[in-house]
Amino acid sequence: MDWLDMALQAVIWAAEILAIAVPVALAVAYTTYAERRVIGWIQVRQGCNRVGPYGLLQPLADGLKLFLKETIIPTKANKFLFIAAPVMALMPALLAFAVVPFGETTLFGLWETTHVMAIANLNVGVLYVMAISSLSIYGILMAGWASNSKYALIGAIRSTSQMISYEISMGFSIVCVLILAGSLGLSDIVRAQEGGLFHWYFIPLFPMFIVFFISGAAETNRSPFDLPEGEAELVAGFFVEYSGMWFAVFSLAEYAAMFLIALMTSILFLGGWYAPIPALDFIPGTIWLLGKASFLVFVFIWFRATFPRYRYDQLMRLGWKVFLPWTLAWIAVIGISTYTPGLSDVIAFWQPWR
Amino acid sequence: MLESAFFWLFGGLAVAASLGVILSRNTMHSVMWLILCFFNAAGLFFLLDAEFLGIILILIYVGAVMVLFMFVVMMLEVNEAVKREGWLQYLPVGGMIAVILFIELVAASTSGLFGSEQMAMAAHMGADVNNTVEIGKELYTRYLLGFEIAAIILLVALIGAIVLTLRERKDAKYQNISKQVHVRKEDRLRKVSM
Repeated sequence: MDWLDMALQAVIWAAEILAIAVPVALAVAYTTYAERRVIGWIQVRQGCNRVGPYGLLQPLADGLKLFLKETIIPTKANKFLFIAAPVMALMPALLAFAVVPFGETTLFGLWETTHVMAIANLNVGVLYVMAISSLSIYGILMAGWASNSKYALIGAIRSTSQMISYEISMGFSIVCVLILAGSLGLSDIVRAQEGGLFHWYFIPLFPMFIVFFISGAAETNRSPFDLPEGEAELVAGFFVEYSGMWFAVFSLAEYAAMFLIALMTSILFLGGWYAPIPALDFIPGTIWLLGKASFLVFVFIWFRATFPRYRYDQLMRLGWKVFLPWTLAWIAVIGISTYTPGLSDVIAFWQPWR
Repeated sequence: MLESAFFWLFGGLAVAASLGVILSRNTMHSVMWLILCFFNAAGLFFLLDAEFLGIILILIYVGAVMVLFMFVVMMLEVNEAVKREGWLQYLPVGGMIAVILFIELVAASTSGLFGSEQMAMAAHMGADVNNTVEIGKELYTRYLLGFEIAAIILLVALIGAIVLTLRERKDAKYQNISKQVHVRKEDRLRKVSM
């Protein structure tokens, strides 16, 4: 391998990183806009409509404002970890996108075989996403501890226990998908759902679909599970001491995690890049996937506008006493019906590995 | 060539990080160093084509165990003076354990039993060999008994931990959700004729 090859490889890597980071940042900016408009619409008011036509330049103005703000570091804070925390929050949120398959393409007939549009098409993709997204706790935990503030610490502790509780039910609901798909690779899971709406996994796994999505809302600290930020009692929770761009990095991470949950739900339960009716497959798969994910992001915003915040003990009850037994029971249902004569013929419809 | 470079990178960082764990004054920094150490150990697994083990190491140890560690460390009030106290008292026992372990490790690694000619050095398998599938097959067929015993032991530990911490408090108020949901107007409201 000579230097030219290595330089070329480095350029390709840089392009791949930019191909994820830039769209995610733009999508986050315009989700904040969409969130304000949608919530405004739900609450019968205008939302942002001053900057640019229909307020479309509002996210850019917000970003500029955050850039120009002074970043304050509290005197008694642990400086190194205080600065490292936002970075550690954003890093896993972006890293996890590396394995998300955005569709299949032949690059307009240029390639002979179809390639999966993912930066890394790992055969342990689901585990990778679980592992990387479980790291996002550290950013929050560090922020809470390094700020040397009571509100921040309590917010961080709440967030941690919440994320650990809901990660378990999320993992178990994924296990059901794995039993049906027979693979840990995200692109294999999507291919297992080929053939239209009735092959999608939200039909045999409907309770798991609901559990996964709600746990995702809890995992990303979205309302109605946004207790770590609880304005009323914790001011703003773990990032109360952060200002300017550091604060923006936290919200960037939160929204990126929200996209990831939306994408994962579409990939695991809603048929990924496939159209609901095979006749509609002439529309590119990426559009289907992003459309499904956008709808789920809309549902997240809808949640925020309609549900009041949970109380802390109710949150823990939901995670441990409701979701966990449900998921365990459904694993047993799927597992037993896979190997029971008679039932196995029914479930084989969703199990292409047979 | 590239592989050995990555080996030295992961191995060196793992050693440096574990030194950081025991040398840093701040317990929070120690935990961070330990996380870095786990990451590098996972990197070593990836180099051995054991991507399943590497991911599981990150998922379980970094994603769950270390979070609980950090949780405990955050709650503890670490007093530097108390930590230094009795340092000399523990030195002989601790030092002895360290020396014994060191001798054991050196003896084992120089005995030739773990030399490269003794081990079956498998070449890299093709990309179609999926070690998740292989581990699953081995674990649930050949080692099923051991696997089940380990699961039972973990279950017992789990129940033990719950029993140890379960203290029903009489003065605490508990919420009974199903009772709340099933409440009817007649339970709360009584018409009184005046």
